[in-house]
Amino acid sequence: MVSFLNEVRSTPGGEHILACIQCGTCTGSCPMAAFMEYPPRKIIAMIRAGMRDEVLSSNSMWFCLSCYTCTARCPKGVKPTDLAHALESLASRHGFTIGGTRTPSMYRSFVDSIRANGRVHELGMMTRYYLSLTPDLLAHPVATLKIALLALKLFTRKRLPMMSHRIKGRNDLSRIIQKFREARGTS
Amino acid sequence: MKYYSYFPGCSAESTGLGLGLSTKAIAKPLGFELVEIEDWNCCGSTPYGSLDEEEAIVVAARNLALAEKMGFDLVTPCSSCYVTLSRANGHLREHPRMLARVNEALAVAGLSYRGSLRVRLLVDVLVNDITPEVIAARLKKPLRGVRVAPYYGCQMVRPRYGLDDTEQPQTLDRLVASTGAEAVDFPLKARCCGGSLTLSEEDSVLHLMHKLLRSAAAGGAQCLVTPCPLCQTNLDAYQYRVNARFKTDFKIPVLFISQLIGMALDIDARSLGMFTNIVPPRELLDYVYRDYFTTNRVKT
Ligand code: SF4
Ligand code: SF4
Repeated sequence: MVSFLNEVRSTPGGEHILACIQCGTCTGSCPMAAFMEYPPRKIIAMIRAGMRDEVLSSNSMWFCLSCYTCTARCPKGVKPTDLAHALESLASRHGFTIGGTRTPSMYRSFVDSIRANGRVHELGMMTRYYLSLTPDLLAHPVATLKIALLALKLFTRKRLPMMSHRIKGRNDLSRIIQKFREARGTS
Repeated sequence: MKYYSYFPGCSAESTGLGLGLSTKAIAKPLGFELVEIEDWNCCGSTPYGSLDEEEAIVVAARNLALAEKMGFDLVTPCSSCYVTLSRANGHLREHPRMLARVNEALAVAGLSYRGSLRVRLLVDVLVNDITPEVIAARLKKPLRGVRVAPYYGCQMVRPRYGLDDTEQPQTLDRLVASTGAEAVDFPLKARCCGGSLTLSEEDSVLHLMHKLLRSAAAGGAQCLVTPCPLCQTNLDAYQYRVNARFKTDFKIPVLFISQLIGMALDIDARSLGMFTNIVPPRELLDYVYRDYFTTNRVKT
């Protein structure tokens, strides 16, 4: 059984975590630190302490904006942004349920759209995403109307095409993905 | 004539339609040709990497392989595609084992990638290949007197692909100046707008946009320009939400840098996709196309 630390280190984006000197520059620069259960510096300490479940079920990485401020400022080249992506993909792959944020379902709708068409169909993706939130939306009719209004603004300016564009090579793309998963030993 | 393999990205054909249209419109007048990569797929963007970091690299690699065959640098106008494709490219170059595995997968579609491609952002091409001097020399309608806040956002400056300084970037400022417009002082020019979290966590990110708009307005900007379709959509489409939440009254149009350059080249507003803007850039259009409006008025 690989340790959690090594699991993170072998995921793209998690390679540099041992270089961290816990200076806190990342957390100090992070515009979302206040919304995260564990801001970047702390999450690194927790990974090194082997706190797998706490880390992978937290909301922290899902609140990362990928703004790269921490990455640009980190004196040791740790790349906390890429680390956040690595943690997100580990959490998704191992089926952790994350409470208190809608970001994972939004990302999932986005990726489903790519896997099906080869491109993102934004209207379809937004519809799927909001449908996945239906109970939530019904409970907040005013907020739901506001979303519809925003979509309408984009739609009337030709920014949300009705039809999805499916690439010719979408079967190629699925086969490439399939082959890669087989080689990696996941399905 | 310079040639590039063109990767528009999904946004440039939907929410960022103005970016796609204006990029194509300015290419010929500035002396370069964009040859679209045939049947490209989505780069994967942030979400794919967040669900499966490795698979995202494979998805991006199909594009890299298609572009490498063409023999030119890959150019995308979208900051997010630029980062995603650059990151996959860098990872494949540094990890030969991953490259081998990816090639095994690509082979089922008759593709392969050697790792020789250069991934570039349109802004990079405009600044370093075309150059602001040449743009300035080709202007038909210098935008003298227009005050512009150059908004870089995150993706084009920070992941350090060497394009610009991470704290005080200058490339967009230079492009704005090349159109004859004035780049106003804009201290928050490289701060985050909230990215894709506006869709899922609007309440937690709206304040970021508020600060940006306030900073741009304080500098006296008549409009913002950005290369990034996500930044543009956030600041344009959500501006009225910022106003509602923070009791402000911003009406600052948000243009793509390619639209601004296009206006200075006197390309018509329709070809530049100006109709896609939600906060109407009416004042700017009146200024730039005033002869056009006057002649129309005289005719009718
Ligand atoms: S800035 Fe870098 S070195 Fe400092 S705590 Fe963050 S990751 Fe560690
Ligand atoms: S990239 Fe993510 S973790 Fe780093 S500063 Fe930005 S929001 Fe915070």
